[in-house]
Amino acid sequence: MSEQGHAKLGPEGSHITISGDWTLEHIAGLSRLCASLQREAAADVRVDARSIGRVDTAGASYLLDLAGEDPQRIEVASEATRKLIAAVSKAENAPPAKPRRKERGFIASIANIGVALENFWANAIDLIGFIGLILSAFGRSVLVPRRWRTTSTISHIEQTGLNALPIVALLCFLVGAVVAFLGATVLKEFGASIYTVELVGYSFLREFGVLLTAIMVAGRSGSAFTAQIGSMKAREEVDAIRTLGLEPVDVLVMPRVLAMLVSMPILTLVGMLAGIIGGAAVCVLALDISPLMFLTRLHETTTVRHFWVGMSKAPIFAFLIAAIGCLEGFKVSGSAESVGSHTTSSVVQSIFVVILIDAIAAIFFMEINL
Amino acid sequence: MSAPEPIIRIRGLRNQFGEQVVHENLDLDVQRGEIIGVVGGSGSGKSVLLRSIIGLGHPAAGSIRLFGEEVATMSDEKRALIDRRCGVLFQNGALFSSLTVAENVSVALTEHHHLDPAIVHRLALLKIALAGLPLDSADKYPSQLSGGMVKRAALARSLALDPDILFLDEPTAGLDPIGAAAFDQLILTLRDSLGLTVFLITHDLDTLYTICDRVAVLAKKHILVADTLEVVEKVDEPWIQEYFQGPRGRAAQRAVSNHPKHPNAGT
Repeated sequence: MSEQGHAKLGPEGSHITISGDWTLEHIAGLSRLCASLQREAAADVRVDARSIGRVDTAGASYLLDLAGEDPQRIEVASEATRKLIAAVSKAENAPPAKPRRKERGFIASIANIGVALENFWANAIDLIGFIGLILSAFGRSVLVPRRWRTTSTISHIEQTGLNALPIVALLCFLVGAVVAFLGATVLKEFGASIYTVELVGYSFLREFGVLLTAIMVAGRSGSAFTAQIGSMKAREEVDAIRTLGLEPVDVLVMPRVLAMLVSMPILTLVGMLAGIIGGAAVCVLALDISPLMFLTRLHETTTVRHFWVGMSKAPIFAFLIAAIGCLEGFKVSGSAESVGSHTTSSVVQSIFVVILIDAIAAIFFMEINL
Repeated sequence: MSAPEPIIRIRGLRNQFGEQVVHENLDLDVQRGEIIGVVGGSGSGKSVLLRSIIGLGHPAAGSIRLFGEEVATMSDEKRALIDRRCGVLFQNGALFSSLTVAENVSVALTEHHHLDPAIVHRLALLKIALAGLPLDSADKYPSQLSGGMVKRAALARSLALDPDILFLDEPTAGLDPIGAAAFDQLILTLRDSLGLTVFLITHDLDTLYTICDRVAVLAKKHILVADTLEVVEKVDEPWIQEYFQGPRGRAAQRAVSNHPKHPNAGT
């Protein structure tokens, strides 16, 4: 496209003649050229750039290198080039930044472990504090109908509940079918295929219905809460809410927590039913258990307490997922990357907490013989 | 003002969103090396015009020629080459929030020129200094910068590839008067030394009076007039009269007549 710039050293190294284009597209070659010429040139070399072609800031910067950063020592033909070189020279003489110290290697990795551990505790304490905040906000507004944000809450119920119904139902149906297949395969060895009914019933009523729903909701709605509140935080909208004399916890968190508390039990119920239907489908199609037989068996052997054991966990999971989702949203700072990392963190924490509580609950219910 | 071939040439531009027509029969020429200021009321489609020129918008009709090339029918390779010759400063900076200032400036250099990291870093620091930022802000993230510094960092990024045209969308909005004046002078210096063409959208009357060679008034869906300020001020059109003869307009005029124009302005 254009001719790469040249520089020729005159006799005794006191003079450099410049020609060609000194622009960004040739800069790699020019930088090598300048480096080699600088070694040979005299300290007070003069640069003759009267026959230079095109030149831009990058080229001017390297011309200045040749002339020992002294614009006076560059001869140019046009006023425009002189101004360009003067502007670049002024910019390059800006005071340099203080270099920042950065730890590397072994010490840094140990420090990282420390930081991670500290963050873990800080997160746990933040979460407990935030739960307290939500409860106190709930206490403030529960008796004052004026402060109920009905529209917002219902909109969130639609997003977190209604819109999630199909995917939760499908997921539970498929897992129900898989559980039934597994059970049938193992139980057949003992000639006890009929127990597949109890397996599906127990597992979905007590554990899988609520657990699968919670995991789905954490991934679907918890992450949405973090991203919504996080981008509001990044654009100072949360601060704007505060300056309007409103409490962000009331405006942003309460509707989401309440919506989750309503949606989650409904989704759990649908999940339980879909799982059992999935199991029933396998029993009917692969095990010669008729639908009527499945229902009768389920009715005879499975008491309603299993349903309540599963259902009792739904509001707890709902509350924790919503709280973690919102809290991570508030932790977002400025950048787009921060929204992403807190959304990830929100989903990971929610699922971790849900499974942890579920495990503790399982032991608890077993100990009290429920 | 009749150079052989304008660097930007717009004819019969029409932009519309659904039923709403933003531009209708809009003509505008921008000459090489000039600073043109585009003014117009809020919602008159100044930013839409800018987006159309740089190829981010898709006009419904009309022709936009950039460097003599038709923007709408350009091949992708051509498009990429032209893009490198345009620097854009978006209204809110649009800095990449997950990169430091130096990295923001380096992106285009690294992506387009496959340069040695040391050279890229050196050039990035040069642009940052040219834009008037202290060098210790090079390692900061956009969220750690003040509003004025964000503008300067965005200017540094738009200068990264040594563009021929600089598009500035309200560069001085949100800056304090001292910062805005300094920014104006900076643009003037850059134009004079780098030979840039500057397409400037602004509401800042001081900017118009101090640095713009020509002013284009965008109202009633097209460019009412595009000429030097002396001519534009005298156009008999209610909006223009209100704009330039209102209290703010008069104050800016006085300021300029008290302090004679920058020697390079109005050339």
